Amino acid sequence: MSPFSPQLEARFRELMQRYPARRSALVPMLLYAQDELGWLTPEAVRRIAELLGETELAVREVIGYYSMLRTEPAGKYHVQVCTNISCLLRGGDELYAHCERRLGIGHKQTAADGVFSLEEVECLGACSWAPAVQVNYDFHQELTLEQLDKILDAYAARARGADPSQGQGGAGSPGPRTALPVDGSGSRGEAALGTRVQEKS
Amino acid sequence: MADPALVHLTVNGQPLQAPAGTLLIEACKQHGIEVPSFCYYPNLSLQAACRMCLVEIEKMPKLQTACTVVVSEGMVVNSDSETVHRARKSAIEFILTNHPLDCPVCDAGGECELQDMTFKYGAEKGRFIEPKRHREEQQWSPVVYFDRPRCILCYRCVRACGEGMDVWALGVANRGINATIVPNHQDHLECEECGNCIDICPVGALTSGAYRYQTRPWEMQHVGAVCTFCGDGCKTTLGVRNGEILRGDNRDKSGINGDFLCIKGRYGLDFTRHPERLKQPLARLNGELKPVSWSYALETAAKRWREIQKAQGAIGVIGSTRILNEEAYTLQKFARQVLATANLDHHRTADFPALFDALAGRTGAALARLDDLKTAPAVLLVGGDPTQEHPLTAWNLRWGYRQHKTRLYILNPGDIKLRRQAYRYAQVAALEAAVRYLNGEGETQSQPLTGVAEPSEKRWPQTPASAVAVLDEGLQDFRARLRQEQDVIVVFSGDIAGDTVRELVAFGNSLSGQTRYIALADHANARGAADMGLYPDLLPGYAPVAAGQSGLNLEQMLAALPNQGLASLYVVGANPFRRHPVDPAALRQTFLVVQDLFLTETARAADLVFPALCAYEKAGTVTNTSGQVQPQRRGGSCEGAKSDLEILHRLAAAMGETAWGPADPDRTLQEIRAQVKGYNLPLAQLLAGAAPLALPLNGRVPRAAAPLAPQPNRDTLFTAGSLGRYSATLNGVMEGRKPGR
Repeated sequence: MSPFSPQLEARFRELMQRYPARRSALVPMLLYAQDELGWLTPEAVRRIAELLGETELAVREVIGYYSMLRTEPAGKYHVQVCTNISCLLRGGDELYAHCERRLGIGHKQTAADGVFSLEEVECLGACSWAPAVQVNYDFHQELTLEQLDKILDAYAARARGADPSQGQGGAGSPGPRTALPVDGSGSRGEAALGTRVQEKS
Repeated sequence: MADPALVHLTVNGQPLQAPAGTLLIEACKQHGIEVPSFCYYPNLSLQAACRMCLVEIEKMPKLQTACTVVVSEGMVVNSDSETVHRARKSAIEFILTNHPLDCPVCDAGGECELQDMTFKYGAEKGRFIEPKRHREEQQWSPVVYFDRPRCILCYRCVRACGEGMDVWALGVANRGINATIVPNHQDHLECEECGNCIDICPVGALTSGAYRYQTRPWEMQHVGAVCTFCGDGCKTTLGVRNGEILRGDNRDKSGINGDFLCIKGRYGLDFTRHPERLKQPLARLNGELKPVSWSYALETAAKRWREIQKAQGAIGVIGSTRILNEEAYTLQKFARQVLATANLDHHRTADFPALFDALAGRTGAALARLDDLKTAPAVLLVGGDPTQEHPLTAWNLRWGYRQHKTRLYILNPGDIKLRRQAYRYAQVAALEAAVRYLNGEGETQSQPLTGVAEPSEKRWPQTPASAVAVLDEGLQDFRARLRQEQDVIVVFSGDIAGDTVRELVAFGNSLSGQTRYIALADHANARGAADMGLYPDLLPGYAPVAAGQSGLNLEQMLAALPNQGLASLYVVGANPFRRHPVDPAALRQTFLVVQDLFLTETARAADLVFPALCAYEKAGTVTNTSGQVQPQRRGGSCEGAKSDLEILHRLAAAMGETAWGPADPDRTLQEIRAQVKGYNLPLAQLLAGAAPLALPLNGRVPRAAAPLAPQPNRDTLFTAGSLGRYSATLNGVMEGRKPGR
């Protein structure tokens, strides 16, 4: 019935208790749902509307408003290139154009093999280390085209099933300021909302 | 509520006073100062989207939106400064960046708020030279079309649909330049198809499927008529061109319905143009109905009726719940004086006589108007489903809930949509038992509840949590809380009748404060038919007939047909054979005369058929279910048909009744005002459409031992007795094709 795992359903129930108005839980619910399913399927929309006692239209209004919420599947690695002002000044545009050329896809498109999808995004909050690229929940900062290529190579290798240890600060590691290791496979939902912190309390 | 303190402010140098809490834009409006706006709409939530109402307020650094600022003491406002004028110009310039200037073909052209505002406040030049982004128009339902580039994103439609209708079928997708109004099912609407979004649209973005590209607004006459469908009596303004009714809408908002119309009032009137409209009298010649002349038809009827009278045969008369007061009054006069019969009835859908009987002896206003529901502190709704059967009643109840926190107590055998607004909801197996329990004194109830309502999840978002119903503890709590109410309007449907109505009134009258009543009957003039005495035992104004003089009621007349118990049956604007099919063979000895718009089941069996005009094609008065009397004005015409009043007068003349003279609704109205209890209403009020309340309370109404119980029609939003099937629109919307409730 529910498109979500029992764990996620339980988390939803807990989330809905957290706000004076139940519908306030909508955005976090959508983010968790997207993390679990990869995108917001019609079934997910229906279930969340049902849980909140809202219309599906009201849920879709919110999805349409926020660009990071998807109603279509993305690639295994979703490459988000910032082209806002700081990144733009430091070559974000070139990074984005390079991704387009290399991956053969444009904004909000997914490659035929499903490995990569690309999105030109607004500020990632990494202006001090511009230009920045986010792949799933991994940040890569102060990038050059060469570093970007290495990173994309690493993800591509991971997708082919190459040695996963390569990913951990190995070939794909772009430099000293990379906050997080290349770890496209794990802990997406946790990173998204900082729930590691929340769950301690 | 006590008068709130007055706040003093100055607008454009003029000192004003307004109650505390008033919005600045409203305070200005009340004093004749126009502050233009698109998105602001009285009684809907605030949006502040259009930026048209910007004004200067002293000590505030930037221009403020007058639609969201509440007046405060000493406030100094300028709505007429150079800065404000520039701001308005910019707002319009910005709104027009992507607005197509297709006014010459736009439905809203000539009645468009953006046109008016541009004319009055706009800039003569726009600085945006970017190409416009065109989008194809979309059909969302048979009655709602959306033309996206014309939309100015004022959100009025979204709010009217959600807050006003409690349907929530419209929303906004995307944001910024890509923001657009969307229907609830991606490419189409599933809703109540009321069309209020179209009326409220300030531009031509939402247009009516029935009316679009038909004509220009200035080519029509606009006639304020009363809707002929349910018993609520909404005003629908007919757009008439060359005698043809092209649309019904609600643009002047002067009726008792304010902003509201449902699908029937707005679109259902296409039955007037139905190809099967009767336009010539028909007579059964050699077993078949053939067109005949009016004089032949009238003389045939008169001749046969005189023969039957001579042979002392029984004649029955069945009247209508849609004909006007003047016609119903004249029909009972025709039956009693000309046909000299007491066998007279109509399709009863609410027990008005029982209500007035129970209220006998009460002084003051014991009846409520439908509009009173908008401000009532508490309402008890017994039976019925107003959302489907009485859309204006439901609108008013939602309004009260939204604006005045009306506590709505619902007793219902089913689960109706108004549950969402309910303060207490008791789903009961038998209404009679529940009403008896309410009126009883403390006895333990024998479990009349079949279900106890959980408070609904989907609620008007601004309702404070404390106003939301808590879980019901059963009828005991229901009754206990009602007993604490000081001002209650009791609304009941035809689901209860006779002694149950008396018990309900007894309970209402036992409450300590004011209690007023509304009985819900189906069809536009059901109340009028009752008030005008279309009963076998009650004269106009519910005066009883002389003892032993009462005739057959509707069921008795129909039951008499197969046994040749009636020599003639005269049916005016009713279709009794729909609910009670009669074998045509059984009618061979009965002279059946039918007067109607269409060849209904009853008319098909007739010996003589008179083509009648519909309510929109004649003048007179109608009385809504709460007793508000309103003028009906002539909009369209139908060549060949005649009004029921005229047919009655001609029949009377043919029968030799010389004193009646030609049909004249004004003269009949004078007679009604003089003769019918409760109808001596101020003529000026009546004709101006003030909808004064008829109060026919006149002492005890003695009834037959077992009066015929009302049989509610249980119409939905998309059905209307025998009339709805002739409306292509009512039958065309997909919601209407769903299995019945």
